[in-house]
Amino acid sequence: MKSVAQKLDIISIRNQFPILHQEVNGKPLVYFDNAATTQKPQAVIDALVKYYSTDNANIHRAAHTLAARSTDMFEDTRKTIQTFINAKEAEECIFTKGVTESINLVAQTWGRKFLQAGDEVIITTMEHHSNIVPWQMICEEKGAILKVIPINEAGELLMDEYDKMLSSKTKMVACVWVSNTLGTINPVKEIIQKAHALGAKVLLDGAQACSHLAVNVQDLDCDFLAVSSHKLYGPTGVGVLYGKRELLDAIPPYQGGGEMIKEVSFEKTTYNEIPYKFEAGTPNIGDIIAFKYALDFVNEIGKENIAIHENTLLKHCVEGLEQINKSTNQQIIQLVGTAKQKVSVQSFVINGMHHFDAGMMLDAKGIAVRTGHHCTQPLMNRLGLDGTIRASFSVYNTLEEVDVFLEAVQRLVLLTAKYTK
Amino acid sequence: MKTITDIQNEIIENFELFDGDMESILFYLMDLGKKLPAMPEAHKTEDFIVKGCQSKVWVYPSFMDGKVIFEADSNTEITKGLVSLLVQVWGNQTPDEILNSELFFIEKIGMSRMIGSQRSNGFTNMIKQIKMYALAYKAAGN
Repeated sequence: MKSVAQKLDIISIRNQFPILHQEVNGKPLVYFDNAATTQKPQAVIDALVKYYSTDNANIHRAAHTLAARSTDMFEDTRKTIQTFINAKEAEECIFTKGVTESINLVAQTWGRKFLQAGDEVIITTMEHHSNIVPWQMICEEKGAILKVIPINEAGELLMDEYDKMLSSKTKMVACVWVSNTLGTINPVKEIIQKAHALGAKVLLDGAQACSHLAVNVQDLDCDFLAVSSHKLYGPTGVGVLYGKRELLDAIPPYQGGGEMIKEVSFEKTTYNEIPYKFEAGTPNIGDIIAFKYALDFVNEIGKENIAIHENTLLKHCVEGLEQINKSTNQQIIQLVGTAKQKVSVQSFVINGMHHFDAGMMLDAKGIAVRTGHHCTQPLMNRLGLDGTIRASFSVYNTLEEVDVFLEAVQRLVLLTAKYTK
Repeated sequence: MKTITDIQNEIIENFELFDGDMESILFYLMDLGKKLPAMPEAHKTEDFIVKGCQSKVWVYPSFMDGKVIFEADSNTEITKGLVSLLVQVWGNQTPDEILNSELFFIEKIGMSRMIGSQRSNGFTNMIKQIKMYALAYKAAGN
């Protein structure tokens, strides 16, 4: 243990995650599928148990003590996420069931109100399907045009092409902040400034970014940001949509129902203020309350410290994979995603071995990685691949685990050499 | 001539030797896949792809002397091994024998745990497709 980030005391961090202390297929679990979902610290699990054991009640309406308690805790999470992303007001943070719903909400409300035939929406080649399909749907409905910023071989956006694409027709730039497949950190501040210069709005898909990078929506000046809880050590089924107040005020509700109304009569319904206007129905109260403890967990360690540790793991992994290539004197491992600015995600393929077989073989060693197209099929097509093996690291992973992983990959490479003879 | 039940029992015995060691089982499956006779590229068409598999799987049937013959292939080694087990169990049997058989080896060798639910879907489709072929040959034969 020698790197600076090890000062974090990874052992005590790991001890907060009960799930990590188990064997899979007779081997200690090595969980490297953090870009799909992170594990949950004990504080989050305890918060869920406590909520259902002592505080469960529907929020915002009833006069009784339990309702007041659960409402306070629910709104406390809103304040915590406000601070976490540095939103101007807590009301600008809407609870959703995840990033996918956050993006659909914007596409279906803002898009329906403001997009017209001939308008253009810009996305990037490296979008997750959840930031492609909602825009395709609304563009089709409105006769708007979807444009895609291309990438280079390293997996970086071609910003010159973006410049050329932007015009007065551009109404929305919906862009992934950090690629789930490649780990690329996109230059979102520049993207936002350029879009704003032409009057276009910007939505950032922050599913991956929010667990690795400092988030400051006021400094970024993004119009919308979609946040996921479960990729941020929190429960599944919770997300946040941040939106600037003037935009959220201007767009119609997403769904009709309870909570989102001011007054209902059979003749006319008036809508509630934000954020409630967008929170129809009983929300996922328990998970939202527990999400606060995930944010506290991250705040306590500090994003910067997390990034230093994760980057150490990534660097060790990349060097190890390159070393395997060197030792075999062949380029059997092909790294996918080599952008200069990256988070701790590394995709790769082993030439001659299907990623699916590799995933099964690694699982046999207790190592959990993701294999496949990672819900980025257009990106895979661009790269000429049908899938990759993806290792993604989190704050509770260790250099020793990376070594176990590298040793297993080395075995796969030897196996491939044997089988492709 | 071994019955479908005999063949399944043999497979179960072979897998028991690994005592649940997943890596050895996967190696064994990959080896089994290697032993599958090569499938002519001309038979790997869209019509013979098994739907619902994460990896590509082809099963191509033919009928000879009252028995169903299967050619199979996959673009992944482990899946190819899994398919080869089905070919081993059901290949060279009459349509009636295939249609009347119960597949019990899958559960016994822990394959459902191995392939997970996503792959299981594909596997179920594979089984369905093979039975459909048997049914078609049976109908044609009558």
